[in-house]
Amino acid sequence: MKLYNYELSGNCYKLRLLMSFLGVDYETEAIDFYPGQKHKSPDFRQINPLGQLPAIEDNGLVLRDAQAILVYIASKYDADGTWYPAQDPALLGQVMQWLAFADGITATASAARLHDGLYYSHIDVEAARKGAHTLFRILDEHLFFAEDAGQAWICPSDQPTIADIACFPYIMLSEEGGINRMDYPAIRRWCDRFKRIPGFIVMPGIFPAGPAFEKPAA
Amino acid sequence: MLCNDRILLDDWHVVADLDHLSKGGIEKTVLFEQPITVTRSDTGVIACSDTTGPLPCQVKYGFVWICPGTPGRDIVHIPEAFDEDRYVISGGSFGVQVSGLRVVENFLDMGHFPFVHAGWLGEEPHTEVRPYQVEVTRDDEILATECYFHQPVASPTAKGGIEVQYTYRVYRSYSVALYKTNPLFDDRMDYIVLFIQPVGPEKCVVHSMLCYMKREMTRARLRWFMQLIFAQDKPILENQIPRRLPLDPRAETPIRADKAAIVYRRWLREHNVHYGATVA
Ligand SMILES: [Fe+2]
Repeated sequence: MKLYNYELSGNCYKLRLLMSFLGVDYETEAIDFYPGQKHKSPDFRQINPLGQLPAIEDNGLVLRDAQAILVYIASKYDADGTWYPAQDPALLGQVMQWLAFADGITATASAARLHDGLYYSHIDVEAARKGAHTLFRILDEHLFFAEDAGQAWICPSDQPTIADIACFPYIMLSEEGGINRMDYPAIRRWCDRFKRIPGFIVMPGIFPAGPAFEKPAA
Repeated sequence: MLCNDRILLDDWHVVADLDHLSKGGIEKTVLFEQPITVTRSDTGVIACSDTTGPLPCQVKYGFVWICPGTPGRDIVHIPEAFDEDRYVISGGSFGVQVSGLRVVENFLDMGHFPFVHAGWLGEEPHTEVRPYQVEVTRDDEILATECYFHQPVASPTAKGGIEVQYTYRVYRSYSVALYKTNPLFDDRMDYIVLFIQPVGPEKCVVHSMLCYMKREMTRARLRWFMQLIFAQDKPILENQIPRRLPLDPRAETPIRADKAAIVYRRWLREHNVHYGATVA
């Protein structure tokens, strides 16, 4: 499999995470997203006409969209079927619900990060931050009640799902967009649990689990 | 606090990377808390203005430069940028919520390699910074030489861990550079220059110019590597307290004797640089 990759993209990181959790071998092709804007180039639009990262190529299949690729990789390479629980309709529905929620996180928290970090000056950063806080509040409450019911992950399964992967990166990178996570203790505990999943890898801006950075759940 | 430092106002500052500014494009940015507009016409002509009107500007090294005051000197001359056998490209412009002076100091510090860039520019247990030389040259630049560090992945072209030699050079308060060993050459070094745009006293944009030997390198790999490394520094920089660089010699006791940082702070005091610093 080949991943068209940008190292600082949280959406590309979602795929690197899942492939690491599953032990899938893949190669990467670095796309000069910034400042080169090569994802908008005619060459890259042959791969993804939308001009967006990530995209993959696997045995001749070309796919775009982080969430779609998560579904594909989990379906194809997860023998246990826990990351994408296709056999459990109620659970699967919830996974899809939170995948859509993750797109909202990208549209808000990731946009604020692009504004502050990469100087995308056309983004309305205040609106983006406000939108991210609205979503973080909803997820924090959800995780609070989930923990109360003995559930560690976003969806009611003993194992994490691709919904956890889809939500994780831009929540962890939110401070680069001026979005503080101080007021979301259940999110902070969930992030710490996520970092302890065997096979977890970091990206720039995200640190490994450890007492110095995130306190484990009490 | 707006800038009152003549040495900074009468100098040239990068405000945009041409690679990020398309033809017919417009970019809004900030220098010394003043909004700046940079435009590139359909024919490629660059113009800059602030709220009062047009500003003198120049294009050099692939960046747009402006001088908010009366230019007292020209843009720094960097011969490495004209070498035929190097790629000379920007590494991207990154907004960082910290004083640009803090960025310079971090750039001069080898001690953080094994911790912040673990597996790339350093690795435990090789954490010791061996003694090196620092001087202020006749051209009034700071030069740190004889710096050595073991690096697992010194460059995208590295085939394994090597002993890397560094030379650091502070051109001006907000411009700093380093030479480092290229894994494929005995006699040629790669060169990285940071042009730091002071947006506010606690906020900057870091523009980088990469002058790398072309052998076995591609532009995309080079940018990939630079951004990977810089994004590892960013959260560390943004957690510095205070966000400004303390210039009072008693204000902050360095944890280890960091010679280059001590000389840099003294040099800033002697040049009356206050912007981005806290002064007793
Ligand atoms: Fe660093």
